[in-house]
Amino acid sequence: MGHAIFSELESESIEIIREVAATAAKPVMLYSIGKDSSVMLRLALKAFYPGPIPFPLMHINTGWKFREMIAFRDRMAAEIGFELISYTNPRGAAEGIGPITHGSAYHTDVMKTEALKQALDLYGFDVAFGGARRDEEKSRAKERIFSFRAPGHRWDPKAQRPELWNLYNTRINTGETIRVFPLSNWTEADIWAYIRQENIPIVPLYFASKRPVVKRYGQLILLDDDRLPLEPGEMAEMRMVRFRTLGCYPLTAAIESSATTLDAIVAETLGATTSERQGRIIDHDGAGSMERKKQEGYF
Amino acid sequence: MDTLRFITCGSVDDGKSTLIGRLLYETKLIFEDQLEALKADSKKFGTQGERLDFALLVDGLQAEREQGITIDVAYRFFATPMRRFIVADTPGHEQYTRNMATGASTAQAAVLLIDARKGVLTQTKRHSRIVSMLGIRHVALTVNKMDLVGWSQSVFDEIELAYRRFAQDLGFETIAAIPLSALEGHNIVDPSYAAMPWYEGQSLLQWLETVPAEDREAAHPFAMPVQWVNRPNLDFRGFSGRIGSGSVRPGDSVRISPSGVVSRVKKIVVGSGPAAEAAAGRSVTLVLEDEVDASRGDVIATASHPVESADQFEAALFWMSEHALLPGRPYAALIHTKSASVNITHIKHRLDVNTGAHLAAKTLGLNEIATVNVSFDRSVPFAPYHENKKLGAFIVIDKLTNETVGAGIIHFALRRSVNVHWQALEVTKAARADMKHQQACCLWFTGLSGSGKSTIANLLEKRLHVDGRHTYILDGDNVRHGLNRDLGFTEADRVENIRRVAEVAKLLVDAGLIVIVAFISPFRAERQLARGLFDAGEFIEVFVDTPLEECERRDVKGLYAKARRGELKNFTGIDSDYEPPQAPEIHLRTLAAKPEACIDQIVHLLRS
Repeated sequence: MGHAIFSELESESIEIIREVAATAAKPVMLYSIGKDSSVMLRLALKAFYPGPIPFPLMHINTGWKFREMIAFRDRMAAEIGFELISYTNPRGAAEGIGPITHGSAYHTDVMKTEALKQALDLYGFDVAFGGARRDEEKSRAKERIFSFRAPGHRWDPKAQRPELWNLYNTRINTGETIRVFPLSNWTEADIWAYIRQENIPIVPLYFASKRPVVKRYGQLILLDDDRLPLEPGEMAEMRMVRFRTLGCYPLTAAIESSATTLDAIVAETLGATTSERQGRIIDHDGAGSMERKKQEGYF
Repeated sequence: MDTLRFITCGSVDDGKSTLIGRLLYETKLIFEDQLEALKADSKKFGTQGERLDFALLVDGLQAEREQGITIDVAYRFFATPMRRFIVADTPGHEQYTRNMATGASTAQAAVLLIDARKGVLTQTKRHSRIVSMLGIRHVALTVNKMDLVGWSQSVFDEIELAYRRFAQDLGFETIAAIPLSALEGHNIVDPSYAAMPWYEGQSLLQWLETVPAEDREAAHPFAMPVQWVNRPNLDFRGFSGRIGSGSVRPGDSVRISPSGVVSRVKKIVVGSGPAAEAAAGRSVTLVLEDEVDASRGDVIATASHPVESADQFEAALFWMSEHALLPGRPYAALIHTKSASVNITHIKHRLDVNTGAHLAAKTLGLNEIATVNVSFDRSVPFAPYHENKKLGAFIVIDKLTNETVGAGIIHFALRRSVNVHWQALEVTKAARADMKHQQACCLWFTGLSGSGKSTIANLLEKRLHVDGRHTYILDGDNVRHGLNRDLGFTEADRVENIRRVAEVAKLLVDAGLIVIVAFISPFRAERQLARGLFDAGEFIEVFVDTPLEECERRDVKGLYAKARRGELKNFTGIDSDYEPPQAPEIHLRTLAAKPEACIDQIVHLLRS
């Protein structure tokens, strides 16, 4: 059964990726190292086979990613041979901004949103691919596949360009940019099933393993390095956990799981009773918070 | 398991978002944390009192939640053991109809909601016409809020009858009428025997699981627009694209449009390996036997059924911009993978969405639908939309703002464009100009009324004449006495005025003359159109830059005074805009230089 769905989803995504390559002046693919980025990378490889991917991949490094993510990123770049740009907001790095000392909202704003805008401006990228899916969140469900950004990277959800058929309007004026989401119509279950079918490498953190965690505000946080101080009354413990999404480690909660294989992960995903973004601490700032962040330039 | 893409549409407050929320809830697609958020949201924004407001599951934008309306289309995903679904929940407000069209363009079926208390409304009809125009053939007419009319069969029957009568010319293959209550969950998943024992048809979900989802494109001959040419090295040259119709195998004979070149498929690459066959909808890369030339926008098709090319079409056009469509104005367009410049040469008629009557129209406003003639600036491979959606759909883009302003579907090519081919004439433009010992060009003077265009143009012609050059002046006032006497001063007429003059200037340049055009030509887009008619270097834009106050002070013809008194409408500079050139070849600042000095500036440029 799987093949019919994937030929449709895969073909649509490849068409989108090629359309950008054919029309953009200087495109870039945002690579967040997660499962969605891994699928997007595989689709880009297929889109241009036997040639190389004709644009660079860029990772916005907040300095707080899981260590295994960075190791995986560098291994992929070496094995596949794509051009990798890693960018960190120099101001944030100089001021030592982090989620523990400055709070999740400020950290995300400076190290992700501001950093992304800086990087796009610095390199002059006019089109940036992102791995976001419409099933993730309500404001994403409303976003176009080719999502136009005014100068300053602002998204105006009330003035989106109509997007009919698969005819994508890629014309922009100086200073304007487009964010493109090739995985718009994929669901979380599709992503996992495709990873299994295609045997796509992913960061080991997605598989359950015994890891040191601390329980904080009801969420399990991995003690990835010694930058996460324990509060009074908290204690580190080893638990069998895995991650449904990956981001900055202090902001990304683990789930208890015994799924150590892709089959087990797919089974668990299909039976899940909570959404994957539940483990994202930044989403809980209030309903509509994702839309606000996106208007300000967040991916 | 296949996928069905469908939309929900209908007038505002008919309960579309509530219906989708209910479908997601009933098919267990709502996660616990989302349900918690929904409970909190229902308290804050909800319109259903103590109950869950399912519409808040889909209305994801802050403005939508605050106003309790849907502004933009939301895409949601769910599945049953029978099928996978992608549903586009589209807004009902007339203002946001373009977002409804966005959702409808990729749908295979439509769920049209009607409020049982209100019956068939204008917006119901507008949506039905767009659904029909975009080629959706299966419609579920869902009569919602049956709980509010006491589950009355006669109310339902009346609405069904009225709708079937209205829709008989819309070309739907099937219309299934289903009474339901999205709020109460009746007839959504399970048939509602208890409340409506008189209804014996399917529930909405049963209909969605069984309505035909296949695209007719699969059955047509093979055709694929070239999207990208893949040439990573000397050993590989492939044509990448998504197959629009039919299927292809290695060894098949193919023909490339518009060039007509024939070859054979050597290899099909799908993903990262060869394939024995590929069908409609698949993204592939084709390697051909011969070293043939094809580029983005060309179409590779079965040799026995090549794709036709033409540059003039009759089309249906849906207008999506607050700025009216102006016939004659150049717009950008995209048809499959081919970019072009287009203009609407004629609005045959506008459609009254309520009655279906054909109305006369000179322009088109937001959300209006018309049948038009459209002219492309080059020949494009195409197929009528009803035969092949991928090759018959196009979008229209404003060249200045880059907004998507129109959606078109091709009915057919106009006969003259298929049969009239350009005559290759042996006496060329260069030959004619050479005989006159000059280089032909068009000097296009633009500026406010009274800026001095005609004065400078006349002086310039005298100077050139003395130098032995062959010239001609096209002056705004003079042309309006003859060729353009049928045109007024509305925006649409001004566009047509410039188009005609530009075409005449082009013919005169072709005849080898130095043509001087002196027209206010206030809009950038039209000057761009004029420029586009000429070869590189032939078009010289001369900006006669005199400030408005100075023109008004001179007021040679007394027109400014008239306009100020309100006796002259649409006067440039007073109640109609002038868009100054951004990069004219020649910029004459008349306050700083005498006419003679201006002439020197132009002659100097012509000599170089």
